[in-house]
Amino acid sequence: MLTAAEIEDGLDDAMKEHVKRVIDIDKLSLTFQTNDGPVHALSDIDLKIDEGDFVSFIGPSGCGKTTLLRVIADLEQPTAGSITVNGVSPQEARLNRAYGYVFQAAALYPWRTIAKNVALPLEIMGLSRAEQQDRIARNMELVNLAGFEKKYPWQLSGGMQQRASIARALAVEPDLLLMDEPFGALDEIVRDHLNEQLLQLWAKTNKTVVFVTHSIPEAVFLSTKIVVLCPRPGRIYDVIESDLPRDRNLDIRESPEFLKIAHRVRDGLRAGHSYED
Amino acid sequence: MTPATVSKRRFDMPAILAWFIVAMVIVGLFSRIFEPDLGVMDVPRLSICLVILGIAAVRYELGFMRNRFGDLVLGLVTAISAWLLIGAATRYEGEAALGFWALTAATWAASWLFVERLAIWKTASPAAARLVNLAIPALFGIAILLLWEVIVTGAGVPKVLLPAPSEIWVRLATSVPTLWADFQQTFLKAVLAGYAMGCGSAFLIAILVDRVPFLRRGLLPIGNLVSALPIIGVAPIMVMWFGFDWPSKAAVVVIMTFFPMLVNTVSGLAASDAMQRDLMRTYASNYWQTLFKLRLPMAMPFIFNALKINSTLALIGAIVAEFFGTPIVGMGFRISTEVGRMNVDMVWAEIAIAALAGSLFYGIIALLERAVTFWHPSIRG
Repeated sequence: MLTAAEIEDGLDDAMKEHVKRVIDIDKLSLTFQTNDGPVHALSDIDLKIDEGDFVSFIGPSGCGKTTLLRVIADLEQPTAGSITVNGVSPQEARLNRAYGYVFQAAALYPWRTIAKNVALPLEIMGLSRAEQQDRIARNMELVNLAGFEKKYPWQLSGGMQQRASIARALAVEPDLLLMDEPFGALDEIVRDHLNEQLLQLWAKTNKTVVFVTHSIPEAVFLSTKIVVLCPRPGRIYDVIESDLPRDRNLDIRESPEFLKIAHRVRDGLRAGHSYED
Repeated sequence: MTPATVSKRRFDMPAILAWFIVAMVIVGLFSRIFEPDLGVMDVPRLSICLVILGIAAVRYELGFMRNRFGDLVLGLVTAISAWLLIGAATRYEGEAALGFWALTAATWAASWLFVERLAIWKTASPAAARLVNLAIPALFGIAILLLWEVIVTGAGVPKVLLPAPSEIWVRLATSVPTLWADFQQTFLKAVLAGYAMGCGSAFLIAILVDRVPFLRRGLLPIGNLVSALPIIGVAPIMVMWFGFDWPSKAAVVVIMTFFPMLVNTVSGLAASDAMQRDLMRTYASNYWQTLFKLRLPMAMPFIFNALKINSTLALIGAIVAEFFGTPIVGMGFRISTEVGRMNVDMVWAEIAIAALAGSLFYGIIALLERAVTFWHPSIRG
């Protein structure tokens, strides 16, 4: 277990050698059987994700980026290849509550207050009431929702609902955060703001984040590693290791380094598409 | 908005009502009030009625005191003239002529005008607004009862066809012990027990059906079949199985309430969407946790729908079942025997009790629904 000071030191290259492998995907394929014949959602995926990485999956609709995330979360079963999460199968990882999953929509329960929604996974885990209260307070604070504990989800804006759903995922205190286009339905200003908050959160906690998006600026701004996928069959076209500093703010989007990476991502998306035309 | 723009937009209902009252008052003044040959001046009560209605209507047309005080006076005038009309009708029962009916129509129009005025009252406090909102349907109900009373006594309708509300009330007030015994037998025993058993067992079986797929295919069609059985056929069989007393009626209620509850609960349990279920899966939630924390709350709007439908079905079922053999007590028993004796006022008294109990039962469940499913878009508003 690392202390906070060690986590900051962990940014040093010297520590990199000790970094733990969180996700290891090897020749993974997933084929859905449909009435119109088999659909190759994922084909021959190889991917390694290390502790503390912020990895984005980017690609056009139907490229399998969400499916890949769902395979990691044990919400879909691969038909071939192997995958480990924290060194065990995704199912074991799920049963160990190794990850927090943030969906495209907030999926808050309307009959529960915000605080009770955050408490939902904690109740299922069977934590003591005191521990629940503690985690609710801490995570509401973390996503800037303190003071809204007694509100119902339908009394909050879309951005606040999504923040509440992030607090709910964080309350599990997972080392791995899986996020499926969490800000896709929000407007650009709210999205920028939440992106910045997410980065601060990630810097503070040193969690591993896997993030699905179809926004190039979002992917480049957030990630240490960008995985470009392309459709039919869904496969990895390019993996870009970002050399941007981990400590960044929104201004970085104007810098030449940022634009260079964004350009490479765009080229990858275009090339992955071109065979269709 | 000024009255002028209102009248341009659509016809001015209050003005039409006031003119109608004036016209009816004139008709009342110049025609026969009661057979064989009584004019309005021969019946002092109706002279007063005619004068106050005329003054109230003309006052409105002249635009004098079009405020709350004027409205309250109008309400008072309506109440007094209704009371005078009923008094006169009882005195000359069955002899009403054109003039009497004209005054009745004028009073009805006056009550309508009063409610129209009441509906546009602007109240500052929410409590007062609530009171006005309650007063309007209550006044409407009272007006219908009074009209019923006036028509039945004025025209001398035979009691067997339709007794006056006052007669029903007298019957109700004098037979409280009988009515209470009937209510106890039918509602407190058969209806409540049958309702609880029918809804409760359907709820449990719905959870079982949801859990075991083959039951869904096997049990649902059988449930459907049972619900399609005619109650007229089932009730005598239940009497043979469970005896004359209330258990056989409760059994009929169980049969009637079972299927709506089963079907609604089964579809309610399927109401949660894929994302919500995936969410529970990511928490490694087990079957019971998902059931209690997600699927049952999600099913509540469906379940309450069934509970509301069943609250009225249960009462109907128990009353009809008593037609097929019962000890000498019960609402259905009373209705079937008193009809045979031409005691129609007693039948109406039972109907009134049944209507009151049914509405109250429904109302309590609707209130419970508001408390439980406060989060549902149809309720949170």
